[in-house]
Amino acid sequence: MQLAVWTYEGPPHVGAMRVATSMRGVHYVLHAPQGDTYADLLFTMIERRRQRPPVTYTTFQARDLGTDTAALFRDAVISAYDRFKPELMLVGSSCTAELIQDDPGGLAEAIGLPIPVVALELPSYQRKEHWGAAETFLAIVKKMCGRLQPATERKPGPPRANILGPTALGFRHRDDLAEITALLGRLGITINVTAPLGASPADIARLPDADFNIVLYPETGDDAARWLEKKFGQPTIRTVPLGVNATSAFVAEVAALAGVDASGVLADRDSNMPWWSRSVDSTYLTGKRVFVFGDATHAIAAARVARDELGFEVAGLGCYNREFAREMRAAAELYGVEPLITDDHLAVEERITELQPELVLGTQMERHIAKRLGIPCAVISSPAHVQDFPARHSPQMGFEGANVLFDDWVHPLAMGLEEHLLAMFRDDFEFHDDVGASHLGPTAFAPQREDPPAPDGRWTKEAEAELRKIPFFVRGKARRNTEAFALAEGRSSIDLATLYDAKAHHGR
Amino acid sequence: MSAAAPAAAERPILRERGQREVFCGLTGIVWLHRKMPDAFFLVVGSRTCAHLLQSAAGVMIFAEPRFATAIIEERDLAGMADLDEELDRTVSRLLERRPEIATLFLVGSCPSEVIKLDLARAAVRLGSTRPQVRFLAYSGSGIETTFTEGEDACLAAMVPVLPQAAPDAASLVIVGALPDIVEDQFARLFAEIGIDNVAFLPGRSVRDLPPVGPGTRYLLAQPFLGTTAQALEERGAVRIPAPFPFGAEGTAAWAGAAAAAFGIEELALRRAIAPARERAKRALERYRPALAGKTVFFMPDSQLEVPLARFLASELGMVPIEIGTPFLHRAHLAEELALLPAAVTVSEGQDVERQLDRVRAARPDLTVCGLGLANPLEAEGLATKWSIELVFSPIHGFEQAGDLAELFARPLRRRDVLRV
Ligand code: SF4
Ligand code: SF4
Repeated sequence: MQLAVWTYEGPPHVGAMRVATSMRGVHYVLHAPQGDTYADLLFTMIERRRQRPPVTYTTFQARDLGTDTAALFRDAVISAYDRFKPELMLVGSSCTAELIQDDPGGLAEAIGLPIPVVALELPSYQRKEHWGAAETFLAIVKKMCGRLQPATERKPGPPRANILGPTALGFRHRDDLAEITALLGRLGITINVTAPLGASPADIARLPDADFNIVLYPETGDDAARWLEKKFGQPTIRTVPLGVNATSAFVAEVAALAGVDASGVLADRDSNMPWWSRSVDSTYLTGKRVFVFGDATHAIAAARVARDELGFEVAGLGCYNREFAREMRAAAELYGVEPLITDDHLAVEERITELQPELVLGTQMERHIAKRLGIPCAVISSPAHVQDFPARHSPQMGFEGANVLFDDWVHPLAMGLEEHLLAMFRDDFEFHDDVGASHLGPTAFAPQREDPPAPDGRWTKEAEAELRKIPFFVRGKARRNTEAFALAEGRSSIDLATLYDAKAHHGR
Repeated sequence: MSAAAPAAAERPILRERGQREVFCGLTGIVWLHRKMPDAFFLVVGSRTCAHLLQSAAGVMIFAEPRFATAIIEERDLAGMADLDEELDRTVSRLLERRPEIATLFLVGSCPSEVIKLDLARAAVRLGSTRPQVRFLAYSGSGIETTFTEGEDACLAAMVPVLPQAAPDAASLVIVGALPDIVEDQFARLFAEIGIDNVAFLPGRSVRDLPPVGPGTRYLLAQPFLGTTAQALEERGAVRIPAPFPFGAEGTAAWAGAAAAAFGIEELALRRAIAPARERAKRALERYRPALAGKTVFFMPDSQLEVPLARFLASELGMVPIEIGTPFLHRAHLAEELALLPAAVTVSEGQDVERQLDRVRAARPDLTVCGLGLANPLEAEGLATKWSIELVFSPIHGFEQAGDLAELFARPLRRRDVLRV
């Protein structure tokens, strides 16, 4: 039994949902109780997707147990097929259904749908979200390509690559893809299939047409790449293009494998990052102690960029996905730090508190920890939140991605510095909130504030106490409105009734 | 409030069975732990349960919250004896970290129910060796509870430990978790009306719970408290039937029912509530132009659907098309159902796909639905209001009537102001 307050990864069926939601023409029937439908909001709210995930939940209840949960599952599969007409169906259990052992795979098989059906076995009490996504993607690839034979002759045309790993809810996957696709285009390489994001089952069946595979996200894509390597002899590029150096290495590797000339692209790297980092303004970044935590791939890459491309010192490094413990240990050795491989955010908090770094690069979880400890922080990895899906193009990978990394990691530091100054000088007579901005000159005073923050003597005790129950961020407005209202009404004291009369008067 | 409205008993109810798109009862922890700052909620469940809580609560954490999940793992499933030990160990670890915990709720989930882990028994066992902590157990599992029914199960679990009231002590207990500011407003309102002995379940502290006994009358502040009501009746308390305190008229009728039960003169009641009621009416008047005549469709979610639809119809002139609710407590909602317009469909249970077909066919001006459905419907050009805000925001009583109307008016206003 593991005590958890917050978790880095959802259960494995959420990983399967990420794959299903990424693809076109796929539907997932999940044997699960109603509460598990919460997972829809991850996609519709956090990622702002315009469609519901293509998932039907059986939502069995206690009264169905032991009687007809299997029939419920069967009916759900049939009606989901009739309604959505998918090209491929995924079926499986959530944690609860796993315990009642209805065998979704067997049940779906027996229906005899005219489309491929992939039965997912995702052990919920052992595995987690990324593993579930990788396993689901692999299962789909096997289903669609298992009977195909390696081509005896290469189809003519320019070099072709598959991009493997990007999924729905992935941290900046949408933007990374645009970036890397353009980069490969400059090299004269065609994208054969990108999967799972945006691919249909028919596209998956075309994976073997590529000359090689590029794994951008090993957490979700490497299992499939390894299988394709074995079955079709497709070589794999595993260098993840995060940072200027890794992107250059990626370009060189891809070019060598594809037999194209990379010198043009490498000569004109189109990145501000190296110069921004060398410019004198960045001197103060030197030796900043940074703590890095996230999924292994992003964390390992971030540590490298932090040290080699920004001149930081890596004070701590870790990841939450044990599946990549070996890679993480090897990376930590480069920086002479003890790797922290855990999915217990309390242990991460402990380590951050102990190390007192000057910058944290982490997930939303570390962002909250850092906020609490007053340490600047930038998010580098999932689990992500709504603000990690920006409206603008904001890749992490490629040369433009390196620019974004510079901006995203350096800005909190500058702000951290400002905050420091503000806190330090808050009470100084020439630096308090009411003084105008210094760049407007010494006479630029802010407008005079009407009142000190505490309510004045016109307020009755009760009304004052009531005012304090109003959330702080609207309290000032409530106070001003009430006082203005009392003044207009000619009331000399402000009691509870005045407070609420004013509230009714002003509305929201 | 048309006189032609059919009585609750004869109103046809559309019953549906299919995929339900509703949270499970674990979600209630998100507001219950804030209401009861001296209690801690330990869910015994799976990674899914932990993930649900975290997703429903958002990542708004600035301190360690007063809830956690004991995640069952593969090796725990091997044998039951093991599981008890594991639970004890987990609880010990938690109490070491959080020595201030005085009341610990063990919250059951689907996995714990399916493997028949008896948390009530575990609560007794744990309590016998740790007398400084009160252990209570309830289930928030998705196979037994929807969304707000978790609060019902939690409060019902508290009823047996409420102190015994003196046999002749007449008291009023308001049942249902309310934000502190609303609780205080209601306390003042009833004092003004002339009912003195008023308590709240849950109150701000699990330490001082309201006594209950045959002299206790209770008034439900929420429509989803069937099990809690039953438990209170078993202790001799008597329910005061009333509509729910939403809007000026709803709140007046609700408070009025209590006043009548306590033998308060009609005139005295009117005098006591007049200022607040007038304020509420004025606040609502402001929203009438924007909302009157607009159609509204409720997807089933919190069980607040029926009273809220009544409020929107009778106090703001909105036109409900369908009122979906995960469960319809006919007795507790009798007054509300009688006040609904005749033409509206009331549906219980859910087949989400079929219901969405009806939404698309009706194209209501506003659809009240859960977070999973809101953006997809907006993308289809339909305005939505997320129902979860209705359980997280103060919406009860006279002083919140305007705020409640605002929640429904804002999505419509936003569509009017946007030019993109
Ligand atoms: S529905 Fe059941 S398994 Fe799912 S989160 Fe709720 S209690 Fe946990
Ligand atoms: S921190 Fe921002 S994004 Fe995260 S839950 Fe709160 S409001 Fe939403």
